[in-house]
Amino acid sequence: MKLKLPLVIVFLLLLTLTGTSIASAQDPGPEPTPSEDEVNRIAKNLYCPVCENIPLDVCESAACAQWRDQIREKLVEGWTEEQIYDYFVVQYGERVLAEPPRRGLNWLIYIVPPIALLAGGVLLYRLLRKSTRSTPEENVASTGKVKPESTPQDDKYTSLLEEELKKRQ
Amino acid sequence: MTEIQMQSNPDEQNNAQGKRWSLIFVWLLVAVLLLVVGLQLWKAQLGVVGVGEVAPKFSLTLFDGEEITPADMEGKVVLVNFWASWCIPCEDEAYELQSAWEYYQGNEEVLFVGVDYSDTNTAALEFLDKFGVTYPNGPDLGTRISQDYRMQGVPETFIIDQEGIIAYVLIGPFQSVEQITTIIDALLGS
Repeated sequence: MKLKLPLVIVFLLLLTLTGTSIASAQDPGPEPTPSEDEVNRIAKNLYCPVCENIPLDVCESAACAQWRDQIREKLVEGWTEEQIYDYFVVQYGERVLAEPPRRGLNWLIYIVPPIALLAGGVLLYRLLRKSTRSTPEENVASTGKVKPESTPQDDKYTSLLEEELKKRQ
Repeated sequence: MTEIQMQSNPDEQNNAQGKRWSLIFVWLLVAVLLLVVGLQLWKAQLGVVGVGEVAPKFSLTLFDGEEITPADMEGKVVLVNFWASWCIPCEDEAYELQSAWEYYQGNEEVLFVGVDYSDTNTAALEFLDKFGVTYPNGPDLGTRISQDYRMQGVPETFIIDQEGIIAYVLIGPFQSVEQITTIIDALLGS
């Protein structure tokens, strides 16, 4: 009897689970309605085809509402995110994509800004280095202040340099 | 001392060469960018395809699945109307366009083509149904046709003569049926 009770419980549990799964398989239930967040997650990666530079998720025009409805419809039909983007490209052109495909002249968008940033950084670094390396005479000319010609640290480096030169001779 | 100078010379040369190539690369990049921006600006200021220009040829898959090709338009007076369901002025001219189309029913020399710009099919079909539009209509997939016509906005209408030359351009809606028929009749020589 002690052994039978747990077995009965396990059996009943299994029966309940199987019954639930069969019921869920038989009754698909109402079609899932995508939430606003789900629609907007896709809409934010698309731009309104008729208004300038407005992402679809924040666009308030009637046309944008239609496009968001279209995204919702496609999600209900079981379309994937990629399929929806492809559909929008076919319908309205690549200009609707927030992130243009990486090909052809589009590459300029991805290449130019980092290169410009890097080049700017290098230029700034070189300018700063040049300004710190300027001669005492230049410093006097630019700042009007006279700086000491050498510091104890300079002397240390000079002597080290002289020693190195002697070794080479 | 001489030895040191001799050692540093190739380095300096390499540096100078590197600098030169960097400069060439940067200037090339700037030139390409300017070219792209310039081309876009040039295209933007061109405006719509004008009267007297050759009408861009196009094929259009209609909402009912049929297709209109350049061969269907050859030798005919063709009215190409760009519209959208979200465009209020398009509603204003829908009646005029449909009435004009009905006026030319049975005339094989006249063809009306509605090009639906940046629209959803559901809304477009509702629009056509609402205004009882029966002339061929289809979506401008990828906005290729409107780009070829350098369309500025909807509604916009181009009337093409039998030779394939743009004879009339209207930016905005038609105000009356006569406005349409007068132009087409003149082209038909009637």
